[in-house]
Amino acid sequence: MKITRKEVEHVAKLARLALRDEEIETLTNQLGNILTYVEKLNELDTTNIEPTSHVLPIKNVLREDEERKSIEREKALGNAPDRTEEFFRVPKVIE
Amino acid sequence: MLQYEVVIGLEVHAQLLTKSKIFCGCSTKFGSPPNTQTCPVCLGLPGVLPVLNREAVNFAIMMALATRSKIEPYCRFARKNYFYPDLPKGYQISQYELPLSTGGYIEIDVNGGIKKIGLTRIHMEEDAGKSIHDGSADTTLVDLNRAGVPLIEIVSEPEIRSPEDSVTYLKKLRETLRYLEICDGNMEEGSFRCDANISIRPVGEKELGTKTEVKNMNSFRFVQKALEYEINRQIEVVSGGGRIIQETRLWDSDRGVTVSMRSKEEAHDYRYFPEPDLVPLEVSTEWQEEVKKKLPELPDEKRERFVQEYEIPEYDAQVLTASKALANYFEESVRDYRSPKSISNWIMGDLLRELKLSGTDIDDSLIRPPHLSKMIKMIDEDVISGKIAKTVFEEMYRTGKDPEAIVQEKGLVQVTDEGEIEKYVSQVIAENPGEAEAYRGGKDKLIGFFVGQVMKLSGGKANPAKVNEILKSMLRG
Repeated sequence: MKITRKEVEHVAKLARLALRDEEIETLTNQLGNILTYVEKLNELDTTNIEPTSHVLPIKNVLREDEERKSIEREKALGNAPDRTEEFFRVPKVIE
Repeated sequence: MLQYEVVIGLEVHAQLLTKSKIFCGCSTKFGSPPNTQTCPVCLGLPGVLPVLNREAVNFAIMMALATRSKIEPYCRFARKNYFYPDLPKGYQISQYELPLSTGGYIEIDVNGGIKKIGLTRIHMEEDAGKSIHDGSADTTLVDLNRAGVPLIEIVSEPEIRSPEDSVTYLKKLRETLRYLEICDGNMEEGSFRCDANISIRPVGEKELGTKTEVKNMNSFRFVQKALEYEINRQIEVVSGGGRIIQETRLWDSDRGVTVSMRSKEEAHDYRYFPEPDLVPLEVSTEWQEEVKKKLPELPDEKRERFVQEYEIPEYDAQVLTASKALANYFEESVRDYRSPKSISNWIMGDLLRELKLSGTDIDDSLIRPPHLSKMIKMIDEDVISGKIAKTVFEEMYRTGKDPEAIVQEKGLVQVTDEGEIEKYVSQVIAENPGEAEAYRGGKDKLIGFFVGQVMKLSGGKANPAKVNEILKSMLRG
């Protein structure tokens, strides 16, 4: 299956990846190859096979509604590249 | 001129009143210091796994049952991918092609009739954090306490035809959530939020017009105004030969307009895919039955019961069931003294008026149900007159005192003693010989004047029926 250069640019933009021209070229090829490889699966007849929605044969894993201690604010903010005393700080978001 | 039909579909996000977040044990408490209710799961740190909160599912099931929705036997979570600073993982865990429930409806009153507004779906998801635009020119602050608070999103079919009906629908939805005690419905604090999809089309046209999505309407009044504005804007664009652009618009309440939010236009490619960190959810019939047992009486059921059980008019029942607290207040009052209609009158009239004036919740009213019913009993037993009751009521409202105590203290007991009333009557007749003469001469209407004078003289304490009776006989005599 072919993937177009335009699609690669779009996906890169959504993923916030800045790609150089030659990278777009390379990735268009590589992603196309991967898709072609995966397409092999279409050769199998899956008419009577239930679609797999999850690889584990389990369901309904739940926890009770109990409060647990949160981590300290210092720890929460600790890895942030920018912060104030109380908040994460990020470049201005325009609304 | 071409007539347009308005088509509105509403998406409501309701925060669920669980103690802990949807996928971790952090508290959901509102108003805590910023970033003190987070953990590796809701911060989206690498290597953590979310685990679904059972109570959040129970609450979602409750809403699905209350709206007669079909609970899907099999549902799962999905990742909705987008970048925003208040979304730590870079995706929101939501539900997509397999939501918790589909179908169902909300009944709303429209011009005296009942209209069913269909629901497309109800699904569960996590809330994002909060961005604070503190006025700084180049930075935004982020508080992640809210990240991971459980939400249900309730999506209506595009079956709403006016801003008024939108507000009615939203109020009904909020009332239901509050009755179920699964959401506090506070629009200002954001625990009940609404987005609207709006389009217009020429009357008779079957196909839907291009829609816009309006966000940021944090009160019922703003919903009404924003929708009115947006409808007019669309009509103007179309009548002027223009075309509606599909886009998200923000309601600006200061200027009273909706503004295009171009920054978000590109972001609408969410690349949903099944959430691999969560296993599927299967809500069995048994589970549904279990929740159904815990379901409280809903507004519509309560209203019908009030009409039947207490024999009060439909209108009264409607007002009294507007909130669970008010309905309970009424029922408690009736339990103490079974005079539903007069209790209803006092609640709907004086009590609700006073509460509204002072901006007080029914739960915080100083007049408690036993005192209200006692006061009404005192009127019915001629201990106090209806007029005096107003004074007693005001005092009760201010102080929360027992009506009996107020009546004792202020000497407000009604005068029913005929001898006493006769004294007032003779005095009034003696002081107004001219009017007495005129009455005898056939001016029957003057009786009102005399009753008024006697009541005034007695300080409002004389029993009006007796006053009337004695006046008539003494005037003639």
